[in-house]
Amino acid sequence: MLKPILRRLGSGAVVLWAAASAAYLALRLAPGDTVDTLVGDGPDTPQIRAQIARDLGLDRPAVVQYVDYLWRLLHGDFGRSYVLQRPVVDIIGSQVWPTVKLTLLATAFSAVIAVGLAIVTAGRARWLRGLVSGIELSIVSAPGFLIGILLLSVFSFQLGWFPVSGDRDASALVLPAVALALPIGGLLSQVIREGLERALDEPFAVTARARGLTRSALLWRHALRHALLPAVTLAGTLIGFLLSAAVIVERVFGRPGLGEVATEAVNNKDIPVVLAVVMLAAAIYVVLSTLADLAYLLIDPRLRKG
Amino acid sequence: MSIALPEQATSPVAALAPHPDPAPSRGRRFAPGLAAAGVVLLLVAVATVAPRLLTGTDPLAADPFHALEGPSGAHWFGTDQLGRDVFTRVVHGARYSLSIGVISTLLSVLSGGILGLVAGLSPRAVDEVLSRALDVLSAFPEVLLALLFIAFTEPGTPSLIMAIALAFAPRYGRIVRAQTLLVRRSGYVEQAVTFGLSRTRLVWRHILPNVLGPLPILATIGLGSAIVNASALSFLGMGPQPPSPEWGAMLSESRNYLRVAWWAAILPGATLTITVISLTAVGRRLQRRFEGRR
Repeated sequence: MLKPILRRLGSGAVVLWAAASAAYLALRLAPGDTVDTLVGDGPDTPQIRAQIARDLGLDRPAVVQYVDYLWRLLHGDFGRSYVLQRPVVDIIGSQVWPTVKLTLLATAFSAVIAVGLAIVTAGRARWLRGLVSGIELSIVSAPGFLIGILLLSVFSFQLGWFPVSGDRDASALVLPAVALALPIGGLLSQVIREGLERALDEPFAVTARARGLTRSALLWRHALRHALLPAVTLAGTLIGFLLSAAVIVERVFGRPGLGEVATEAVNNKDIPVVLAVVMLAAAIYVVLSTLADLAYLLIDPRLRKG
Repeated sequence: MSIALPEQATSPVAALAPHPDPAPSRGRRFAPGLAAAGVVLLLVAVATVAPRLLTGTDPLAADPFHALEGPSGAHWFGTDQLGRDVFTRVVHGARYSLSIGVISTLLSVLSGGILGLVAGLSPRAVDEVLSRALDVLSAFPEVLLALLFIAFTEPGTPSLIMAIALAFAPRYGRIVRAQTLLVRRSGYVEQAVTFGLSRTRLVWRHILPNVLGPLPILATIGLGSAIVNASALSFLGMGPQPPSPEWGAMLSESRNYLRVAWWAAILPGATLTITVISLTAVGRRLQRRFEGRR
């Protein structure tokens, strides 16, 4: 049991280290010298250049700089923003909460949507399943920003139930979270429904029904457990999707958050900020998908060997 | 954007499909959905190659007196904030979305394919290094990886294409690697080795055809994701710049007029969605054919 866990943790750490190194390489190879960027339109003399290089430690050997970079990353120091002249950590720290709120609520919504839809439609009439899975396919295929714009158009502009943009109160969080949750819920419910239907065909399900268990008790208490297993495998993909989609949904709804930080930074060529956001996303992805894999080991004993 | 499943699906071809297929259609029934998808793709292809066949209007012709008018006989999709005909812009926009999608998919299949093939055929140590490299790339969410690439270059169509290609290459790399390993360990390859076939001949005659066979289908299904992600990045302002009628960029321009003119944003988005669904439907059908299920 211990060996596969250690191996999984180790490979997660290797991926993170390599991602950090790749980021460092990208930073060094970026077109436009760091010193050039910082000098900008200000006074440009060799003395000022030397001063900037010394301040940033750019006059040291590359290996020393690399080790120093990793060391500072480990301590949560992502450098300074070129444009805003503030530590990157502060910029991200001030914007991380709206994004966390959004993704957590979206995760909860998608779980409710997925399990609800799957339970209601599993093993039901063909036309109903066809209809629902058609709708799910459309939602999964639709671009995230279109779902957001549709929701905005109907619930904010036509019905006026929710605010159009911003992050003032809880009601502003509902539509973005739904926009983010719909495609994930749609995909998950397809997987869970398939699992439920497979479980309902098993002999144990027939036995339970013959002993007088109600259909819903069977679904909730027995079949759902089997159906959730394949959904756990999807966790990694879904986390990646969630992080990508959050950037776009935030822009659609004009919400503050990491999406805004990232797009602004890309437009301003503020490389340290972009790198930090991307690294943060990669770190979250690696940590969560490692946890999901470990959870899978716990749930399914067959995988513990090897 | 659309979600694609990882390699846990049963076949390498199934790995890119947005969801596992619950009920393969039986027999050779006429499928109205598939026919509709074919018609949509045909129309999109015509719009890409010869947009003038579908509309005679200029996509950039502004007419402020008829700005933000709803759909009508004269303007099927209504007009936008500058009075440009939305239908004409959607038709002309097909060229951007489709060419960006196709070129970036080709690039990512090619680069990912070569990486995966080399990894699958190499000794274990090389394979380990290449696979880890793919793992590292896959750890970055696709849109963010593409954004990172664009941050290092100038926003615009070429860097958008490269960014999408980079973001999707690991996916194909992993699938091709898995498929190569599968073929390499299969019975007929072992037999061929026993018969003393040279390595070159083995790779070209036996391994390559069996590895590359499913790729066109994978690419068809992946094309949908590439198009959606490209338009998402355009929506963020990282793609073709205004006034280009790229679908994602149109949505972003019209978002501010949503209160008075839903059509200028929703209809281009709907066209995009229908195109992607059609691609997925056709791709899945091909996939079923390929796997011998009808």
